[in-house]
Amino acid sequence: MRWKRKDLMGLEELEPWEIELVLDTAEACKGIFSRDIKKLPTLRGKTMVNIFYEPSTRTRTSFEVAGKWMSADVINVSVNTSSVRKGESLRDTLKTIQAVGADVVAIRHSAAGVPHMLGKMLDISVINAGDGAHEHPTQGLLDLLTIREKKGSFEGLKVAIVGDISHSRVAKSNIWGLKKLGAEVTVIGPSTLIPFGIEDMGVKVSYDLDEVIHEVDVVNVLRLQLERQRKGLFPTVREYSKLYGINRDRLKRAKEDLLILHPGPANLGIEITQDACDDPRAAITEQVTNGVAVRMAVLYLVLGGVSDNELIN
Amino acid sequence: MKSNLKEKTVIMDADGMRRALSRIAHEIIEENQGIEDVVLVGIRTRGAPLAQRLAENIERIEGRKIPVGILDITLYRDDLTTIARQPLVGKTEIPFDVTGTKLILVDDVLYTGRTIRAALDGVIDLGRPKRVQLAVLIDRGHRELPIRADYVGKNVPTSRKEVIVVELKEIDGDERVIIAEKAN
Repeated sequence: MRWKRKDLMGLEELEPWEIELVLDTAEACKGIFSRDIKKLPTLRGKTMVNIFYEPSTRTRTSFEVAGKWMSADVINVSVNTSSVRKGESLRDTLKTIQAVGADVVAIRHSAAGVPHMLGKMLDISVINAGDGAHEHPTQGLLDLLTIREKKGSFEGLKVAIVGDISHSRVAKSNIWGLKKLGAEVTVIGPSTLIPFGIEDMGVKVSYDLDEVIHEVDVVNVLRLQLERQRKGLFPTVREYSKLYGINRDRLKRAKEDLLILHPGPANLGIEITQDACDDPRAAITEQVTNGVAVRMAVLYLVLGGVSDNELIN
Repeated sequence: MKSNLKEKTVIMDADGMRRALSRIAHEIIEENQGIEDVVLVGIRTRGAPLAQRLAENIERIEGRKIPVGILDITLYRDDLTTIARQPLVGKTEIPFDVTGTKLILVDDVLYTGRTIRAALDGVIDLGRPKRVQLAVLIDRGHRELPIRADYVGKNVPTSRKEVIVVELKEIDGDERVIIAEKAN
């Protein structure tokens, strides 16, 4: 079976084989990391535009590196210095990007569904680089790649996602992907930060991290999104940290082969402590590296294949 | 074999393949005056087991192992946007430095030469071999680029409508080369 999608919107709509295909392709792309000259000719002549309506360092840089290592021309549109500031609509901005000659656009926006709307509107490929609290597919895929590398397979794997599930697109993409590949997922956090009805996604819910920490194989620690918090969702950051923070004490009670993930950027001392980040069980640096591989794979997959003459020999 | 292909003639059986590879192994040793600095790199998919077999033949003759690697050229293709079904990206596994080697690329069928062009790019990105040579099981003609093989198992004149199918026991279970025709 071969990839047929023009866009990457989320893990919700991907079939399990499509997820595996991205991971396999990403694994092959990792071969370039150990080379002196990190350059493949694959996307020569293609133009990629990054447009981020929300701040980002790692995702944007990661997309840029992925594009450049595959020889695409990469352009970053800075929203603050673009026509957006003159009041240009999202639609017109993106139509312009298409008209200028881009082949693929990676977009991040605070409103869920923006990439979907653009995917339908534009002929070029659209990659969701995070939309509101909805999905962040490339992050989900890089988490899956890291888990697969460290754990081998997903069947029966116990994964805890800890923190602010309500505001987290990373959590949603992780849940969709993990469930499709056969893992057991528990979401953990204060009840005010766990969306009502999340059980419908096939996950278990717990409000007590200490009840679960000793039995999980993977813990994915979410960033407490201080910029998205309304007042009153939890009493204090200090209390949150005490109840849901990943620290040395909690890690002592966890499995010896636990895998610790964090999408970054971390609020050190809040959801995770420095020594937990430095724990040998943490794969936070590998996640960043895998992010480049996954984005290379996604660019390769969405940009390839248009006509009908299959090549034999 | 793919279901849309109709088998026409068997042009090489298991014995024929064994003899061809054995001859190529001798030719490689002769041409390179021994196996000093000689390395084999098979092009995925079917070049990989062929390179392995050539290496075993060479070891039998010379009594010494030579390095064998696998090259995946998918990311170096020039037809990424013109083929409907995207090729799967495989891993390149070349666990040695290619700089200074006499590197022999191994593939099953030489046709347009575009695969070899991509493979040359792929190899050169990894280092600077002293010399690159090409060994193929079948040369079917119809080159689109100025590329030729140094070692050929069998030259087979074909028409463009025909397809050469190489089956190897490691991948296909069977061991033969056939000429087939597209059914439709």
